Amino acid sequence: MSGALIEIEGAKGEESDETARAVYEHPLPVRLCHWVNSVALFVLIGSGLQIFRAFPSFGAKIPQKDLLHWPKSLAIGGWLGGALQWHLTFMWIYTATGLFYLGYQIFSGNYRQVLFLPRDLPDVWPMVKHYFFFGAKPAVKEAYNPLQKHAYTSVFALGVLSVLTGLAIWKPVQFSWLAYLMGGFHWARVWHFAIMWAILLFVFGHLVMVILHGWNNFVSMLSGWKKDPEYHPR
Amino acid sequence: MEPQNGDANNLDSKSTDAASGDAKIVDAKDAEARNVSPKVSQPRFRQMNRRELLKLTPVIALGAFAIPALREPLLKQGLRFSDWASGKLFRSGQLAPTFADSAVTPFEKFPINDYDVDDPGVIFENWTLSVSGEVQKPGEYSLSQIQALPRTRQNTRHVCVEGWDVIGRFGGTRLSEFMKLIGADTTALFITVSCADDYYESLDMATALHPQTLLCYEMYDQPLTREHGAPLRLNIPTKIGYKQAKYLTELKVTRVLDRVGYWEDQGYSWFYGL
Repeated sequence: MSGALIEIEGAKGEESDETARAVYEHPLPVRLCHWVNSVALFVLIGSGLQIFRAFPSFGAKIPQKDLLHWPKSLAIGGWLGGALQWHLTFMWIYTATGLFYLGYQIFSGNYRQVLFLPRDLPDVWPMVKHYFFFGAKPAVKEAYNPLQKHAYTSVFALGVLSVLTGLAIWKPVQFSWLAYLMGGFHWARVWHFAIMWAILLFVFGHLVMVILHGWNNFVSMLSGWKKDPEYHPR
Repeated sequence: MEPQNGDANNLDSKSTDAASGDAKIVDAKDAEARNVSPKVSQPRFRQMNRRELLKLTPVIALGAFAIPALREPLLKQGLRFSDWASGKLFRSGQLAPTFADSAVTPFEKFPINDYDVDDPGVIFENWTLSVSGEVQKPGEYSLSQIQALPRTRQNTRHVCVEGWDVIGRFGGTRLSEFMKLIGADTTALFITVSCADDYYESLDMATALHPQTLLCYEMYDQPLTREHGAPLRLNIPTKIGYKQAKYLTELKVTRVLDRVGYWEDQGYSWFYGL
């Protein structure tokens, strides 16, 4: 739940003596996780694509039919062994960040700000109409609108799945039940790849929204304080 | 920045608490405070923003990976940590999945991967496996001595580090059986092997003693072909492909790993257990 609301007074000598408001929207642990995770995700996707380059297919090795030739310049690690080093290092950072984030959200109660729940459902359609069909903007009641909650909840679930599918690829014998659930080692690799694209799709949409919502919104993920919030915190 | 008046000063201290991350001023149990919005000056607000921004500086530590001199040791540590975790996750009683004959990849579609040559030109008549190290009976062992041990056949998945996988049919004797024959000290930590093509590999003892780890002399119920490592190779369904060395010539039981492995020395994982 977002916390403190403050009013900001125009400083002495400034023309306006109007007051602005700011709300402490993103607690420090959330901001730390956000930025560490964006670095980890960048490295994992880049090195993952380099690993994929070693066998860019999901079919048989003989005969090999390549799915796509991903350019080396858009990958991290330079060669398979190098990319594996990046991947096997940052997977720990990524997983640890995810666990810390989950623990923080649960124990602080902050999850109420971000978790998408069935009660958010009625407000989904008006928000979709606004975003995609030029509908009227629904009243802003809290830090995240229902679609934001949906996106942030879904992408966390995708993050969990990316770790589980990765685990099934890395340890298909020790976690054979996990690989089995995914249809075997071969399919776990397909899911791992598909989930990466789903996460990339989120990142793309996320970045578009950040650009559209301007500076104050962006700063809030750095300092926690969102200036001129459109809502009054509960 | 100095607050502009006493009133603001009072409220200022409240908002500093808020900025310290424990933002509990507006709380359900603090109903009164909810309606009182503390006022802070613009400069004070900027200061609060800066302070919160500075708390993110730990993230910059990740920038160490961008510095070439630090990158390599950091990634080496990451790889070592992963290998350590792999060793911890390995369970001797956990068997790799086995498959029905109908699920086996046809022999001609079982890939041949090597770092150098398909056929290092082993002369079968002269071939022996040289055994040394922490064993009671070191020396030269012929293929027929190995084949006299109980034979195991298994349909297991072969996973390549490149990403492809096939299901193959492998036959041979359990490495653990051979270890008994040579009187290996199983408290020694490692097994190292050398190959006719100058390839070399090493195994942890737990994997060497695993019931599915084979000294393999058959694939698809036929003697190994030269491309697949004749006359003797390793088949280890709990390991990645490059650990399963072909054209074996030497086997050593040791406490000290003097040579790790051909690909490991290029920067690949040592344990790489599946």
